[in-house]
Parts: sequence; C-alpha cells; structure tokens
Amino acid sequence: MTVTRERAATPARVLEPPAFLGVETRNRWLSLVLRVSVPALLLAAWWYSTTHDLVSTEVLASPGQVVRAFGELVETGQLWDYGLASFQRAGLGVGIGVGIALVLGLVSGLTRLGEELVDATVQIIRVVPFLALVPLFISWFGVDEAFKVALIAVSSASPMYAYTYLGVRSVDRKVVEAARGFGLRGFRLAIGVILPSALPNILMALRICLGISLVGLIAAEQVGATEGIGYLVTLAQQYYRNDYMVLCIVIYALIGIGVDLVIRLVERTAMPWRRHGTASG
Amino acid sequence: MAAARDGERMSGAVDAVVRLRGVRKAFGSKQVLDGVDLDIAPGEFVALLGPSGTGKTTLLRLLSGLHRPDAGTVLVPRVRTVVYQEPRLVQARRVLANVTIGQRGKAARAPGLAALAEVGLADKARSWPATLSGGEAQRVALARALVRQPELLLLDEPFAALDALTRLQMQELVAELCARHGPAVLLVTHDVDEALLLADRAIVLRDGGFALDRRIDVPRPRDRDDRAVITHRKDYLAALGVAPDRSPRSTDEHVNA
Repeated sequence: MTVTRERAATPARVLEPPAFLGVETRNRWLSLVLRVSVPALLLAAWWYSTTHDLVSTEVLASPGQVVRAFGELVETGQLWDYGLASFQRAGLGVGIGVGIALVLGLVSGLTRLGEELVDATVQIIRVVPFLALVPLFISWFGVDEAFKVALIAVSSASPMYAYTYLGVRSVDRKVVEAARGFGLRGFRLAIGVILPSALPNILMALRICLGISLVGLIAAEQVGATEGIGYLVTLAQQYYRNDYMVLCIVIYALIGIGVDLVIRLVERTAMPWRRHGTASG
Repeated sequence: MAAARDGERMSGAVDAVVRLRGVRKAFGSKQVLDGVDLDIAPGEFVALLGPSGTGKTTLLRLLSGLHRPDAGTVLVPRVRTVVYQEPRLVQARRVLANVTIGQRGKAARAPGLAALAEVGLADKARSWPATLSGGEAQRVALARALVRQPELLLLDEPFAALDALTRLQMQELVAELCARHGPAVLLVTHDVDEALLLADRAIVLRDGGFALDRRIDVPRPRDRDDRAVITHRKDYLAALGVAPDRSPRSTDEHVNA
C-alpha cells in the first residue's frame, strides 16, 4: 500500500551465503600437536647438531651429557638439597615481597590518600634495577639468608604492586558503587568485591613475580652460598662444565613450566566464574 | 548472469534479498531454529518478534555470517550492514572515522559526512565516541550502517538500551531513513508496539519456527491507538504468549511481561 519505495532497479541481484565471520572452532588435538611441535623441533635440532658434530660439545653439551649430569645430581642427592634450599629462599622472599606489595597496591588503589602517599614513592623505587641493591644489601644484611631473602622479596614486590594497583583501578566502578550503596565498606568491600575482580591481574602478577624471583635467586646465590640452584650456575661457570650450564637452563625452564601450571590450576579453582559465561549473547 | 550458477547462488530472477530454506540451528540440546523458511523482498521492512532466548538474534547472526546453520541454505545480498543493541564504536577513532571504517581513501569522507548529517550529527564528526550520549552513539552506528547503501539492513534491538524519549526519536529517524534509502530491513525486537509502528511485516518466532507472520497494512504515519493497530497488537501479544484478556490478574501482569 503506502510502503512503495523508490529504489534504483538492480538488473541482476546476486544472493550468496554470507561469508563466515564467526570464530572457527579448532580441533583440540591438532591445536595440541601444533603447540608441542615447535619445542619438539628445537629439541630435535639440539640433539642432531650435537651428536653429528655440527656443534662442538665444548660449546653446547648434547642432550645425553645433560641427562647424565642430571643423573649425577640426583645420585649425590644434591638436586634435592639444592632445590629445597632455593625453594625455601624463594618461597620466603616471594611471600614477604608479594604480601607487602599486595597490601600497598590495595591501599593505593582503593584510597585517594593511599595513592598520594604510596604510589609516587613505590613507582620511583620500582624503576631501580634490584640487582643494583646487591652491594648495599650485603653491607646491611651480610651474605647470609637474610640478604638472599631480602633481595628476592624486593625483586618480586614491584611487579606485584604495579599489577595489583592496576587491577584494583580497573575494577568496574559501577559495581563498587552498587556494593557501597548496599552498605559494604572498607575491609569487607576490598575482600568481597574488589579483590575478586582484581584477581586475574594479581595472579598474572604472581606468575611474573615467580619468574623474576629466579633472577633474584641466581644473583643472591652467587655470593656466600654453598647450595641452591643459583649456586649451581656459579659452580658450572667456575669449573667450566658445559653440561651443567645447559642443565641449569633446563632446570629453570622446567621450574618455569611448573610454576605456570600451578598458577593456571589456581586460576581455575580461585576464579570459578571464569569458566562459565560465553562471549556471545 | 541471468541463470542460477549453482544451487547455492541465485540471480536477478528472484525478487528477494534474503532467502532462507530449511534453516536449522541448535545450541547444545536446544533446537533454536527448526527448519525456518523466510523470504524478504527488496525494500521490505520486517520485524522479528519473540520472547527472550527464542533465536531472534541467532537468526540475525546467521544472516550476518556470525553463525553457520546446522542445515539449510542462507542467502543474502553482498552489501548488508548491522546496527547492534550497543553502538559498538571504536573508542580510539573519531566519529567520522568510525562511520567510514573499513573504507579506504578520501572518497569515503563526503558520504560519511552526509550520513552523519542525515542522523543530525554533522557537527560531531571530529568528536571522540566517549564524549557522545547513548542516543548519539547509536545514531553514529546507524550512519555507519547506512553509508554503505546496504541492500539489507539488520537491526538487532537497536533501541533497547535507549531511554524512552530517545527511543521514540530514534524510531522515527530509522523509519524516515529507511523510507528514503529503501534497504530491506530485518528488525529484531521484543517490543510489539515498535514492530507495529515500523514494519511492513511482523513475524513471531517461537519454538524454532514462525508462530505468526502477517503483513501490517496500516497507513503511515501510524498511531498506536489506531483500531487496526490495536487488533494486530492483541494477536501478536497472544502469539507471544502474553494474552491480556485471558489473564485473570491482567493489568499488573502483562505490563511486566
């Protein structure tokens, strides 16, 4: 009736199925194979080049030599002792550093006054490379455990602070407003609403902290240590044992993977809401 | 070009811009679309009604290629655009750049400005999206959709997030611009009045198929108190499962539904 509309007559209207713009679902097994393939290829290249004299074992120890070195460490019980010693140092250091940084990050993220007092100072300290603190810390704490734990604590504090602050800052203001309106204040607001929302950032920070704490560990165990996986690096360098040098790298890589797996597990259990809900409506 | 090239393509002999045949789509165990057939004629304004979760948006996403049908054919014209419930503007680009997004070169500028003028936002071309009100942002989204001169315009509840007054203005604007540019329109909505105000044809999607599919032959501009509109409204509300007359505690109940 009145709906007649003017339109340039199109001589030939071609209709077609729409090009697919959605997200392709990938085969899980193919995805897994692709993920594993690059490290596997690198491993194969390492093995081939060192066993076929393409690379001298003086420069890069072969996988066989590294496995043998590993066997030695296990046999003498050093691996266990060193691992435990380093684990204790790192655990204590990261625990202290992360704990303090978490509180500072929350305080400066949550309150105006906290931000004014804490943020500028921490941001200045944050840009100082923590390795520059080694001589100073030695003169303060000596070369014993206190020095090592302090160094690791400082190394892991700054990323934790930065990410916590960021996480708290990016929490949905509207949700916080609503929670305030329903009478949630102070500590309960922080624990009940803000911390869970900032948790993805905080766990991400924990991952980075644990990575950095390994750096702190190597630096700390270069001085005044008789055991520890950082000490092992120093030892390998002193005796020019290439197999041990490579072994250390492998051990660090394994620790890294282990830490990542643990944090992912924590992410799954600590943030059950992430598993539910979909991207499309 | 005249003959069909293969089973999947059609040419000018067909007087339709959308053709669905036996389209099925399930999510998990829920059969959202169960063998849907639909033709939309050139320039036809179709409103798609249905309770939440009945697959209105799924149908629209099939047409824009965001879902693939489990079975059946989906045929659409090449030039088609979407206005979503939220504006979905790129915050990092100015309004004009948002309108001409995906088009290259200086040649896109003039039509972009013209489209902004049509939605009454010519002076906002250099603004950032974050500085716009909800209604303004949605008008930019409309300009972005119209600047390509689509044969098919898909509207996915474009007024749902707007306040009541802005919604009325927006509805008028859409009616006016669609009449001027003449694309075929598929409007997904849950508002019967909106459908009866704007559409040439209104469809109720329910239980995977069309529960009601009727032409709305009411002269424009339409009045919601028009006798014909009132009759249509009753039928559509009944098809949607909201029957005001039969409900014993009617007055309070159906307002919320």
